[in-house]
Amino acid sequence: MKTTLFPTKFGTYGGQFVPETLMPALIELERAFVGAQKDPDFRREYEGLLASFVGRPTPLTYAKRLSEKLGGAQIYLKREDLAHTGAHKINNALGQALLVKRMGKKRVVAETGAGQHGVASATAAALLGLDCVVYMGVVDIARQEPNVFRMKLLGAEVRPVISGTQTLKDAINEAIRDWVTNVSDTHYLLGSALGPHPYPTIVREFQSVIGIEAREQMLRDVGRLPDAVIACVGGGSNAIGVFSGFVDDELVELIGVEAGGSGIASGKHAVRFGDATKARVGVIHGTRTYVLQDEDGQIAETHSISAGLDYAAVGPEHAMLRDNERAFYTSATDEEALSAFQTLCHIEGIIPALESSHAVAEVIKRAPTMRKDQVILVNLSGRGDKDLNTVIKELGTL
Amino acid sequence: MNRIENAFKNKPIFMPYFPLGYPDLDTSIDVIEALAQNGADLIEVGLSFSDPLADGPVIQKATQVALEKGITIKKSLAAVAELRKRGVTIPFILMGYFNPMLAYGLEKFVHDAREAGADGFIIPDLPLEEAGEFQTLVGDLPLIQMLAPTSPNARMESIARHAKGFIYLVSVTGVTGARTTISDGLGDLINRVREHAKQSVPVCVGFGIGTPEQARQVGVLADGVIVGSACVKTIGESQDPIEAARKFAKNFRDALR
Repeated sequence: MKTTLFPTKFGTYGGQFVPETLMPALIELERAFVGAQKDPDFRREYEGLLASFVGRPTPLTYAKRLSEKLGGAQIYLKREDLAHTGAHKINNALGQALLVKRMGKKRVVAETGAGQHGVASATAAALLGLDCVVYMGVVDIARQEPNVFRMKLLGAEVRPVISGTQTLKDAINEAIRDWVTNVSDTHYLLGSALGPHPYPTIVREFQSVIGIEAREQMLRDVGRLPDAVIACVGGGSNAIGVFSGFVDDELVELIGVEAGGSGIASGKHAVRFGDATKARVGVIHGTRTYVLQDEDGQIAETHSISAGLDYAAVGPEHAMLRDNERAFYTSATDEEALSAFQTLCHIEGIIPALESSHAVAEVIKRAPTMRKDQVILVNLSGRGDKDLNTVIKELGTL
Repeated sequence: MNRIENAFKNKPIFMPYFPLGYPDLDTSIDVIEALAQNGADLIEVGLSFSDPLADGPVIQKATQVALEKGITIKKSLAAVAELRKRGVTIPFILMGYFNPMLAYGLEKFVHDAREAGADGFIIPDLPLEEAGEFQTLVGDLPLIQMLAPTSPNARMESIARHAKGFIYLVSVTGVTGARTTISDGLGDLINRVREHAKQSVPVCVGFGIGTPEQARQVGVLADGVIVGSACVKTIGESQDPIEAARKFAKNFRDALR
């Protein structure tokens, strides 16, 4: 039965593994998305808001002192931390919220790990007059408290999730349960390049603005394309957004950085591509991809200092890019991320999100091995104000 | 005549759900045996998964307990074989999410399930669009197709074309769990299914049915009544789960007569 307008899979990954109740909603969403993409009025409204509300384009910053300190490649930062609400998540939240208006729905539910997508969803909902409920694991509520308060200020209801491991995975379960119950008037505003088709495609398209801008800025300001593009990968929305701008430039290396937690050997991590014992292709939250699981197919508990990377599966398009070797995936531990966090604070005057600090950690490893005439572009996906409690706990009082 | 067709000789049929391994493996086997001996016509045997996104709190909690106590697919299939050894002859439909089956190996899973004495499968996160490979593997064992209130007519027609065994009609949008009332539109929904699913397979209704009286109301309209959360809750909360299972099955059986 062919019911979708474009392919539901990335190679063998992706698909629509959801209960029948939701299938019509996915079909409706895809139609609305395809219609919106072709509608100049929709594009004008979306792009207008990206400029006037989000503050796009976000700058490209040359990290001069970091480049000098590392003594190798020249490092440029794509400053998604300067987007309104403090992370790239707003690009997608706003795009989907406009689709919700187009579909005539009145209510959105969202999941959040670090709280960035929850804040972005609450913001888009406030802007467009939608009701917003955000599901968040109680473990994440504890470690991202400032964002919980922000969501409430923005008029969203934050529902604590106490089932399962009480983190992002369980927040997604609860959001889907709400959606399946209220599907006639509710849209699931999924925040990462995950879940059933058409979500991974929709999220990539709304995040592709990062890559499109970054490529133009590199050519204009630096006069060349980067040798490597580096981004952190939880579900993988900021990474797929920046990668999409360079995926056709075969000489540009694409590098995704997963959360190494306490190290792969410790078992406490979220490295879907690097743990041969626990990560296998499976199906979770509607999509077929690499999933951390036990031998009986139960989804594994994950660990990361950054709530936004603390998830057992990776977006299906990343699984394809990894298999066909267009992108390369590595990981950074909690400790490496914390150290990178401090480095960027000290020598560039930028407080990065702990998620983004994983990408910076890879830059710190890689730049010294490269020549001075080579260039790295790193996607600084979010700012770190939300992480201060976590960092203070880890580092003491400085 | 296979076991499923046989079960539908006297309609409406009573189809409880119970997960293997809850409150522990031995008790769950005894519970399923007691349900079978006291009026269940077909049993949905639950396979536990860490992330049951179509289930409400009761089944979430029960399957989590089962997992904590160490239930696996392998142990679940051995339990099905044990029930057959004890002489239980009603059909067993294995109800579980797709990932544990994938991890077990689909071909091996279907083979071992058949050997153990299972009669079919319900996989809530495997809609028709994704079911191709599994459909090919199961051969004559039905993968039960689900329809929902949100399914448009044309979709009902194409799903029903693939229906074998029976159609599982989800009575309400939402997750599993008892509701206080049967939705007013259920009669219309069932009529719509019968009209568009131009098939001879029976239509069974599940989700939200919690009391014998509700089962009676639904049984007037449908070929079968599926009771999950209420069954799990009543039996799970009882000091004597086996006796509770006997009573539970009898009460529903009487209501459907």
